[in-house]
Amino acid sequence: MKGRNGIIVAIVALALLVGAGVQAAEPIKVGAILAVTGPASFLGGPESRTLEMLAEEVNAKGGINGHKVELFIMDSGANPEKAVSFAKQLIEEKKVLAILGPSTSGETMQIKGIAEEGKTILLSCAAAEVIVNPVAKWVFKTPQKDSDAIQAIFNQMKSMKISKIGVLSGNTGFGKAGKGQIEKLAPENGITIVASEVYDKASTDLTAEVTKLKAANVEAIVNWSIVPAQSIVIKNARQIGFTGPIFQSHGFGNIKYVEAAGAAAEGVIFPAGRLLVADVLPDSNPQKPVLVKYKNDYEKKYKEDASTFGGHAYDAFMILAKAIEKADSTDKEKVRDAIETMRGFVGTGGVFDFSVEDHNGLGIDAFELLTVKDGKFALYGK
Amino acid sequence: MRKQGLQIAGFASVVAAIQLVTSLTGNVYHLTQLTMSAYYSLVVLGLCILTGYAGQISIGHAGFFAIGGYLSALLTTYDLSAHGGPIVSGLAAMGILTRRPDLYGGDLLTVHPWPACIFAVLTAVAVAYAIGGPVLKLKGHYLAMATLGFGIIVYRIVLGTELVGSADGIYDVPAFPLLPGIAVSGKSSLRVMNYYVAWGFVILGMVFLLNLVRSRVGRALASIHGAEDAAEAMGIPTARYKLKIFVVSAAFAAVAGVLLTHYNGGIGPSESSVMKSIRYLAIVAIGGMANLWGTLLMSLLLNYLSLRGYFGTYDDAVFGGILILIMLFAPDGLLRRQLFEELKAAVFPAGGEKET
Amino acid sequence: MNLDLFLQYMVAGVTYGTVYGIVAVGFNIIYNATGIINFAQGEFVMLGGMTAVTLGRFLPLPAAILVAVLVTTAVGALIEILFIRWLHRPSVLRMIVITIGLSILIREAALHIWGESVRALPYFTGTSVTSIRLGGVYISPQVLWVVGIGAVVVVILGGFFRYTLLGMQMRACAANRDAARLCGISAKNMVTLSFMLSAGIGAIGGCIVSPITYVAYDSGVPLAIKGFTVAILGGLGNSLASAGAGMLLGILESLSISVLPAAYKDVISVAILLGILFVRPSGLFGSIEAARLKEF
Repeated sequence: MKGRNGIIVAIVALALLVGAGVQAAEPIKVGAILAVTGPASFLGGPESRTLEMLAEEVNAKGGINGHKVELFIMDSGANPEKAVSFAKQLIEEKKVLAILGPSTSGETMQIKGIAEEGKTILLSCAAAEVIVNPVAKWVFKTPQKDSDAIQAIFNQMKSMKISKIGVLSGNTGFGKAGKGQIEKLAPENGITIVASEVYDKASTDLTAEVTKLKAANVEAIVNWSIVPAQSIVIKNARQIGFTGPIFQSHGFGNIKYVEAAGAAAEGVIFPAGRLLVADVLPDSNPQKPVLVKYKNDYEKKYKEDASTFGGHAYDAFMILAKAIEKADSTDKEKVRDAIETMRGFVGTGGVFDFSVEDHNGLGIDAFELLTVKDGKFALYGK
Repeated sequence: MRKQGLQIAGFASVVAAIQLVTSLTGNVYHLTQLTMSAYYSLVVLGLCILTGYAGQISIGHAGFFAIGGYLSALLTTYDLSAHGGPIVSGLAAMGILTRRPDLYGGDLLTVHPWPACIFAVLTAVAVAYAIGGPVLKLKGHYLAMATLGFGIIVYRIVLGTELVGSADGIYDVPAFPLLPGIAVSGKSSLRVMNYYVAWGFVILGMVFLLNLVRSRVGRALASIHGAEDAAEAMGIPTARYKLKIFVVSAAFAAVAGVLLTHYNGGIGPSESSVMKSIRYLAIVAIGGMANLWGTLLMSLLLNYLSLRGYFGTYDDAVFGGILILIMLFAPDGLLRRQLFEELKAAVFPAGGEKET
Repeated sequence: MNLDLFLQYMVAGVTYGTVYGIVAVGFNIIYNATGIINFAQGEFVMLGGMTAVTLGRFLPLPAAILVAVLVTTAVGALIEILFIRWLHRPSVLRMIVITIGLSILIREAALHIWGESVRALPYFTGTSVTSIRLGGVYISPQVLWVVGIGAVVVVILGGFFRYTLLGMQMRACAANRDAARLCGISAKNMVTLSFMLSAGIGAIGGCIVSPITYVAYDSGVPLAIKGFTVAILGGLGNSLASAGAGMLLGILESLSISVLPAAYKDVISVAILLGILFVRPSGLFGSIEAARLKEF
């Protein structure tokens, strides 16, 4: 009886394995590990849609250097063990040229070693500094540096003569990384963190937390989070009568968060990529054409507002495409070198200048200080 | 005994056959997902004994997996070089510590994987002993909720604690050198060896559990499952046996946690989530609540498919669907003996009738 | 901590306490009628909120909420008829597992219907910044709506069970199914009705609280967990106690922020759950008799 079980298993296994052995030769294979569903789906959803849109667009024009792009998007659901399994699959079986993503910092760190061992390019859409610092040969990231965003906030605070702040951060990788950077950079900017709390990404009410901050007499609140719950912080803070400025992170870059916060979002200040205010940029701005095109294409195709999260995926894909063009080859080493030597690449997150020591390529000027006016994103101070 | 030996031998040969087939057809990389499935199967087998044979439901077993994995990961990645002092020197003198380079060429002084593993598993066992007593006194949905609560507490603790990486988890976990020459590691060059190591553990686990089921404890279990009061009346110390099984299943989960963490090179909070616990339960349900082999088979299949992304964005939905369908239509699992009898009867009608 | 701060924490606690209470009441209705703990209760709350937001685009707010509640009630009935009704004396284990599976399926369906983005209903009165100031304490008008409607629901429910024929029939079924059947009460219909009521109440909860927070396809799970912590805390089967226990848990969580890092806030509710289960599973106000496992 059990022997029969065994034979059935063997046959099924054999069938699966043989079926999976077939590979195509011509197209450029690109893998993507994204959190399309699950607790980070607000990241992975826009990212995967952006990649699908771009792959279609590129293939409609005949591909890159005449090779069509074959995109494999795998949904990790923000589970690191799936990311590990998919990374190995993509690198060893599908033999992809590069992996775009993952969406979260935790997953990226788990597969960093695998990408290095497999000598495959990894263009992460996650923000943690530790992804590219210290630098690993094959690993790059497209989101801007947290430390730059925080410095931009601190610069603004200094001009507003604010020195005592309260910090609220989400319990995700993004929140944790930001909190760490805030604590690190505060002293040299003359800012004192009077109170600091970490809140759960599934929180439904944060009145108690903001009350604690208000009671500590903070002059401003920094709400560093990428999860939807950040909107609740804003609402609760205004409801309990906190009138000081509220600073957000670039994780606020999705109009849905503004909608969820309603009227309370007015006047919030945050550093972000220029995608959100693409239309009101001066025409002389080098990013404007790229931003406006991406925004319009995305909104037309998916009937929802473009967000900076999708923008990180856009940058990853287009950087890879440009590198392949530049290297005029699909050899992994050559493409990797092409990325590392890329300067002045205009993306949604900013203008990228890669180098051997800098696998992110963005500086503080990638950020624009934005605010919310009449329920829409607007440039701050203009 | 003979029959069990045959079953084990049969299964071992299937395992070897799969490996040979993959090598011959050039599909060796499938072994990666099969190896990961093996470790998840350890958890499921332990849960099968608890739920199926001892009749105690648990929707928090991912918590034990996490305790094992996280403790081992923490101890083997936490750099003690900065800490002087008597405790560290004492540990070093005992040979518990080891020095190794990290990903960037730096130098780390950490606990050696062996003592870390032992500590992690013992901790999980201790926790199981501690909460097992009060938890197993509960019945039905109270028991379910207590186990759910346990799983959630572990999840919240690992998610909220900086020391274990909060949301990012722990990465750069080194390989686990089991014996000279044999290591649990994710390196692609060691793939075949790791495949056999993983399934070796599963086979060992199966032998242990099969013996447990047929031992005095196992037979007592069967009676508890049927009618606990009657068992008590006959003098069987039901509480003690239930606890024993609970601890055994926790140990299985913790060992799986340790090994998989070293294989993957890291662990994240999602390994202790409620959804993971539910998946383990779904596999036990579909494999047959009291059917070790059936559960193993299903675990192999479902974990392999899930880890290869076969279910796409419907991954969770598949397991939810399995739970419902099995509970509605086949509460004793798919691969129960009866089903084979029924199929056999349908295909080969009894009574020697010939087809004309 | 001064009085104002304490009161502000209390307001926060009462706010989410009411939501937990509403979810717990839903659990209790189904539990009373069937002995099942419906792990999918949180999903009813989520469905109510999501449907209301979608309808809110073409219907005025009160109409959108009403229709959303009706739709969710219908979904509750559908679930009962499709998955539960025809089971014959299922074991507790089986029922738990089925409702867990249902919870997952509803969640995944919501994900594929509505996508992953978050939504919120507009505030019933005012906006997200209006607040009423009493002394040193700020209260959003929506909080008053939440507590007010919550209280109304509990009162109406109590009246329903006590004074209407249907309510009394449901109670009869809950107390002794076979005897009720002998009296001509259709036990099967009572079960369906209990699911419908639970779904409807959950939906109301989802609608009234969504302006303050938000709804997304996965908002259901954390609510369900808190909800049954509260149900057990108050004593399974006792709806009034649930309301009280909800407040208690909400306030405890809220005050815990002042001593523990907020990151561990959720550990409090689970620790309380485990504590109650180990020490007094019948809950604070429940009777040992009622807490005994019911037969389905």
